[in-house]
Amino acid sequence: MSSNTLALEATSISKTFGNVKANDQINLEIKKGRIHALLGENGAGKSTLVNILFGLYKADSGTVKVNGEVVDLGRPKDAIDQGIGMVHQHFQLVPVLTVAENIVLGKEPANRANVIDIEEAKKKVKELAENYQLDVDTEATVEDLPVGTQQRVEILRSLYRKADILILDEPTAVLTPQETDHLLQVLKNLASQGVAIIFITHKLREVLEVADEVTVMRNGQVVGSTTPSETDESGLAEMMVGRSVVLRVAKEESSPGETILKVNNLCVHDDRDLLAVNDLSLEVKSGEILGIAGVEGNGQRELVETITGLRNAKTGEILISDTSIIEFSPRQISELGVAHIPEDREKHGLIGAHSVADNLILNRYYKTPFSNKGIRQQKAIANYATEMVEKFDIRTPDIDTPSSSLSGGNKQKAIAAREFSHDAKLLVASQPTRGIDVGSIEFVHQQLIQQRDQGLAVLLVSAELDEILSLSDRIAVIYRGRLIVTENSAELDRNRIGRIMTTGSDST
Amino acid sequence: MSVKESKSIQQVLFSKRWWILTALILVIFTLWTAEFQEANTTAVLAGTLRHSTPLVLGAMCGLLCERSGVINIGIEGQMLMSAWGGFMVASTSGSLLLGLFAGIAIGMMMGGVLAGISVGLRGDQIIAGTVINIAAIGITSFFFSLGRTLPSGKTQVIKLGPLADIPVAGRVLFSNKPITFLTLLLIPTVWFLLFRTKWGLRTRAVGEHPSAAETVGVSVIGMRYLNVIMGGGIAGLAGAYLSLEAVGSFERGMTNGKGFVALAVMIFGRWNPVGAWGAALLFGYASAVQTQFQFRDWLTDDPQFIGIIPFVVTIVVLAGFVGRARPPASIGQPYSRE
Repeated sequence: MSSNTLALEATSISKTFGNVKANDQINLEIKKGRIHALLGENGAGKSTLVNILFGLYKADSGTVKVNGEVVDLGRPKDAIDQGIGMVHQHFQLVPVLTVAENIVLGKEPANRANVIDIEEAKKKVKELAENYQLDVDTEATVEDLPVGTQQRVEILRSLYRKADILILDEPTAVLTPQETDHLLQVLKNLASQGVAIIFITHKLREVLEVADEVTVMRNGQVVGSTTPSETDESGLAEMMVGRSVVLRVAKEESSPGETILKVNNLCVHDDRDLLAVNDLSLEVKSGEILGIAGVEGNGQRELVETITGLRNAKTGEILISDTSIIEFSPRQISELGVAHIPEDREKHGLIGAHSVADNLILNRYYKTPFSNKGIRQQKAIANYATEMVEKFDIRTPDIDTPSSSLSGGNKQKAIAAREFSHDAKLLVASQPTRGIDVGSIEFVHQQLIQQRDQGLAVLLVSAELDEILSLSDRIAVIYRGRLIVTENSAELDRNRIGRIMTTGSDST
Repeated sequence: MSVKESKSIQQVLFSKRWWILTALILVIFTLWTAEFQEANTTAVLAGTLRHSTPLVLGAMCGLLCERSGVINIGIEGQMLMSAWGGFMVASTSGSLLLGLFAGIAIGMMMGGVLAGISVGLRGDQIIAGTVINIAAIGITSFFFSLGRTLPSGKTQVIKLGPLADIPVAGRVLFSNKPITFLTLLLIPTVWFLLFRTKWGLRTRAVGEHPSAAETVGVSVIGMRYLNVIMGGGIAGLAGAYLSLEAVGSFERGMTNGKGFVALAVMIFGRWNPVGAWGAALLFGYASAVQTQFQFRDWLTDDPQFIGIIPFVVTIVVLAGFVGRARPPASIGQPYSRE
């Protein structure tokens, strides 16, 4: 069994949606025991390709060979039978069932009367988890598990079905840096046991870290194949986008002005009524970016929600240009000049069923020129939306398209367009580039710096340490609801931040 | 050690104090309405079981559908059609057994109609259920003819040997008519099927996250058809109970809102057959007490007042106690691949 035999070979795969060629004559070779990264921007056709390989879409033309034999992948079941497993971007797990139930679903160990032998199921899952060093509690209910663990359950579910080709669709988009490191280790482990892995991502560092081979896609076509040893981050980015990309935004030294946001001794409870933000104080001045670094779940969400009026503080005060906003509604806060890029753009950033145009005026629809005595001014709205779509390069068929059908990067651009055109004094940006492609990240970063230079105060919350490091003028590290240190970004390096983030202590 | 144990028993008693208190009040209230007579107490309890039977059957129909992701508000219509069909067949053929089978078959057909509209054609499930309710009233009224009877009479009481002679409990539990016994068997059976078998796991998966089930090779459409048709069969049993076992004839609109109360029972029982049985007993109890009030001539100056007791209980229970119940996540949403 040499490691160079082909596990999967796709030849001239084409797929058209409407008049968009999502996949155009794609060729792909996946070797056994290797990690093959599939790299490309949103809309490049990666997801379409793997959905074809998993039998979720039917290709218009082309053939797929598994272990040298042509196979017909009409349904996911066919793919599973061929030993192909997939870890979906949106987990395909039933939240209310247990880990063991989720893993065995559809292939349950049972007696002749179809009564499930749940002890046997748990035993099998435990054996599998030990074999591949994927630690899970078989009796836990899936919805109670952190995202990283849920992902492990998805991987185990494929392995339970004896998958030897594993497809992962943007597996790290939802993970914290620690969980990402763990996953990459797991993937290396799996590969060393002979599993062929197709790893979709647009995070270049991950590709360079784990991939054995890289295929880059753009606009539905394969634009190149390479290996990590032959290239570097900017090389890959250039292949992906088709032009050279600035990975680290250039920025001038900041020139902070007056204090815009002042938080004093703030305490906030989380949804379970436990203390999430603990006696926290901070200040953001006009023309500077304060980055909050920390492992997710250390009170960042509660802090942001309190500043933007979505959650009530227990004690402490929040001042925006010397106005206390503790009792203010979200709209009153927004009218004071606070812009908000929320963490979860699908849930809190956009109204999916509403048009792009309506979403672009969501914070101003009740004002002139968009409303006149309570009547919507369609023309003004359309003109404004068209202008914004052009200015922020939001790729949408037209302004009446429901915002839910945009890609992640374009959704984020739409939110940025709305919030940046707001005459804001303060921007609260939470995970502004989570799960979006390199081109869009570059755009959002440039916008943030540009707005800062025009005097905006920015509070940036991000789980991506790289993002915090490259954008922030000052960095605060949060741990269990407290800011452990707040210093100029020049004083803090990656290692020190990482240590404080995970231990809550600055001592070596 | 023993001190510790007795303390933990006290703790248990304390933590369950509201349940214990409620139970005590119910027992005293029952004895009081029965004027502390054995015969009357038996009557209240037997009435409770009698009233609860169609409700728990309706609720099991609803939960089989909803666990697989299909809302069934057509239970009322399915029950009514089956009550009518079962009665017509039994009165024509003279065989109660044939009538029972006809009732179940018609219920399954009505389930098939609901599944066809809401699963096959991906129509709106609420509208599909409403159509069934309205059609059932129209069809049963149109074909209804006065003066039909059951040549063989209603179903007969079956006594389970010496068990039936136990005072109160024996009379209530072990001396019943066949569909009531069947229902008492069906409750644990459905529970076991739902929570211990392949079919049950797949049903719950399909109702919670259909695409997850599809990606592991479970047919969402197939499971939904199966469940909705089986549910229809159980609603058919409830209908047959009404016309062949409880009343012995068919009357216009004889379901009288029981299909809707069954939905409340299903929700109060948290989509669990055993929970639904508990909830159905509560509603049945409210109805039985209402009957006792009428026998005693209490509050009979305003009979409407007593008549609303079961419905007041429905509203109070739904508004007050069901707060934390969570329906299957995908109910109401038609499923299509891609």
